[in-house]
Amino acid sequence: MSEVTLTNKRAKRRAAGPYGKVGKALNELDDRLGVAKGGRTFMDKIFPDHWSFMLGEIALYSFVILLATGIFLTFYFIPSSAIVTYHGSYLPLVGQKVTQAFSSTVDISFAVRGGLLMRQMHHWACDIFVGALVVHMARVFFTGAFRKPRELNWTIGVTLLTLAIGNGFLGYSLPDDLVSGTGIRIAYSIMLSIPFVGTYLAFFIFGGNFPGASTIPRFYILHCLILPLVIMGLVGAHLFLLVRQKHTQFPGEGRTEKNVVGSPMFPVFMAKTTGFLFIVTGFTALLSAFAQINPIWQFGPYDASRISYAVQPDWYMGFLDGALRIWPSWTFHSFGHTIPFEVLLPAVVLPGLIFGLAYAWPMLERLYTKDNEIHHLLDRPSQRPKRTAVGVAALAFVTMLFIASSTDVIANFFHISLNTVLWLMRITTILVPLVAYPIAYKICKEMQGVHGAGKRKTPNIVSRTVEGEYLATPTPAYHDDLGHDLAATVVPTFIESEPDDTDEGGVRIVDR
Amino acid sequence: MSEPEEHRTPVSLSGLSENDPHLLPAAKNPKTVELVIAINFLLGTVLTAGFGACYWINAQPWKLGATLGGGLFFFGVGLVAWGKYLMPRGPFVEERHVLANSEADRDAFAAAIVERGGAVMKRRKMLGGILAGGLGIFGVVAMFPVLRSLGPLPKGTLFHTDWRKDSYVVDQSGRRVSAGDLAVGSIMTVFPEGTQDSERGQAVDQTVLIRVSNQKFTTQKGRESWAPLGYVAYSKLCTHLGCPVGLYEQQLQLLVCPCHQSMFNVNNGAVPQFGPAPRPLPQLPLYIDSQGFLRAQADYDQPVGPGFWERA
Repeated sequence: MSEVTLTNKRAKRRAAGPYGKVGKALNELDDRLGVAKGGRTFMDKIFPDHWSFMLGEIALYSFVILLATGIFLTFYFIPSSAIVTYHGSYLPLVGQKVTQAFSSTVDISFAVRGGLLMRQMHHWACDIFVGALVVHMARVFFTGAFRKPRELNWTIGVTLLTLAIGNGFLGYSLPDDLVSGTGIRIAYSIMLSIPFVGTYLAFFIFGGNFPGASTIPRFYILHCLILPLVIMGLVGAHLFLLVRQKHTQFPGEGRTEKNVVGSPMFPVFMAKTTGFLFIVTGFTALLSAFAQINPIWQFGPYDASRISYAVQPDWYMGFLDGALRIWPSWTFHSFGHTIPFEVLLPAVVLPGLIFGLAYAWPMLERLYTKDNEIHHLLDRPSQRPKRTAVGVAALAFVTMLFIASSTDVIANFFHISLNTVLWLMRITTILVPLVAYPIAYKICKEMQGVHGAGKRKTPNIVSRTVEGEYLATPTPAYHDDLGHDLAATVVPTFIESEPDDTDEGGVRIVDR
Repeated sequence: MSEPEEHRTPVSLSGLSENDPHLLPAAKNPKTVELVIAINFLLGTVLTAGFGACYWINAQPWKLGATLGGGLFFFGVGLVAWGKYLMPRGPFVEERHVLANSEADRDAFAAAIVERGGAVMKRRKMLGGILAGGLGIFGVVAMFPVLRSLGPLPKGTLFHTDWRKDSYVVDQSGRRVSAGDLAVGSIMTVFPEGTQDSERGQAVDQTVLIRVSNQKFTTQKGRESWAPLGYVAYSKLCTHLGCPVGLYEQQLQLLVCPCHQSMFNVNNGAVPQFGPAPRPLPQLPLYIDSQGFLRAQADYDQPVGPGFWERA
């Protein structure tokens, strides 16, 4: 390269201004869209560094994986229940009459290059997505992040969870294999159980009596287009509100109701979060490489008159299945009508109550505590024993229902009678939450009294003197933890009103 | 790692001087961290390239997943470490502005809506009423075709199966079942002739045929002639949620639904003995014709499968 061209380049660079080509491009953009000010603010947006803020990121990134792998799958999946004779590369099925949906899913698994990996990643990412949503929701609940002004975002979040569960079920149903077909039949029968409108609802959604002519195509368009669009829109709204209202943060040194402390969007958070996207994707791919999920070729095509033993839905449908198993066989026949309470109560009313309670919680808490303040600093779960205990009891209840979805497997594994397991689950599902509530409440109360609870332990440095004597020198406390007790946080008035056995200061002194 | 962090007060990003300690990397040994990150990125590059190679040669799925997953994982770890250890360590602070506007702004907003709206509606209540009423009717009417064209009306379809008077009992391959086909204690899934290959046949008409021993079998009242030679037929649809009652416990003479473990007593009118099912499985009346074939006396005397509102 000659001297002249180099000089020219330098001159050009100088002409472009102090920030070079990027600066010039940004200027052009600002001329047209006026983004400079807002862009700077966005680059400076502060993200708290606490690990628990990562749970929502797991959910977001597993959704990204779902979109990417899902698009791949739509290229090969045929959403049709037309019957074809299977002639693919999986020999045990050759010659069998199967639906195109089933046949194309088997082809994705065996004939499309990378297809099985994409299918498994899609399925695993879905299980991770719903799991991350639940854990993220628990974080928001236990730390009180749903309080004013964030009630709307909590509502969006609960809606996202229901949509994710619904879309997961639809997707699981698409391959039209023996296990998922049985799941659709159960969903159909649950719809039938609704008084007055149940039969019409089921006939309209499925396009007729089970199995219905339009099930697979309708589920396909719902699963691949309509629900993903709604979920994407709500995710966008969720993130917009997050930016608009800024993050919550735990109390600590320099952290107040009026600021956010942490790392800036660019470059620190961007590097970390992009890295985390790669980690979540990598983890999902590794899981999909080594852990088989939903091998539909082993289940075979759906035939309404066949069934397999120990059939279980994906984990997030488990609580519904468990409730259906342990609910007593109450039914109502009279006046020429039937109300199948044995289905209606566990599969329609119960989930309605669970999600209704989740939706209503911010309002209920506000009514109960009379706290209408704006909150940006988070609670530690131990600071709010009643809320924490309610959350623990609710999680315990749903977990017991989830365990109840394996009554047959438990009976088989421990060689006890199914009857024993059923009654055991009926009793424990009610008992465990009732016991969990006071235990969680008591632990919170105890933690309030323990000096230094919730803070990191500092190490002791052990040294040996020349005489051979060992000395343990405590290191100073982490600076972040120092100001904790002093950190200015709005102490709502209601905390005093709780009946308890504390001293005047509201702190129970426990002798340790 | 065990030493407490150096104390730094959170500062704002704007107006920070270039050599502010907040802008230093968090790592004590940036060189070492840089090396570790470089190794991660190199491993990521090698593995993702390996993914390309695996794809090219159409390697087994686990190799594709291992190279892709491992590669992305290493890239991710490197990037996170870069952000955490080599970028400005902070902590930084951002002020939070009160979202609510001033009283005057709020009033102006409310006034814009209430006053302007009021002015528009004033003495035009009739117009508004007609428009609201009309659109309301349109909204309701628009629901009709949307809902109605989605599927047929249920009508009587849930009350009947394809079993008819004199229907031949056939197995899954369509072969007619005759009196000598089943030994005592055996079971098969049967259909009315002609529906064994249809979706509706499989979904609705499926029936279990069991040959029971006459000593143990208790005939229900009014069903004395329904089980000739110990051939008893029950609907295979569980009365709980419609799963096929696919498991047969021969010793205890129970039909078991694998979905939610309802158990039905074969010897006693398929009455539920355990589990959430609320009703016995409907029984199909059978007879044996002069040629020895099993045939139905009639359709089931009640709807099969799970309960619904219109069911008596």
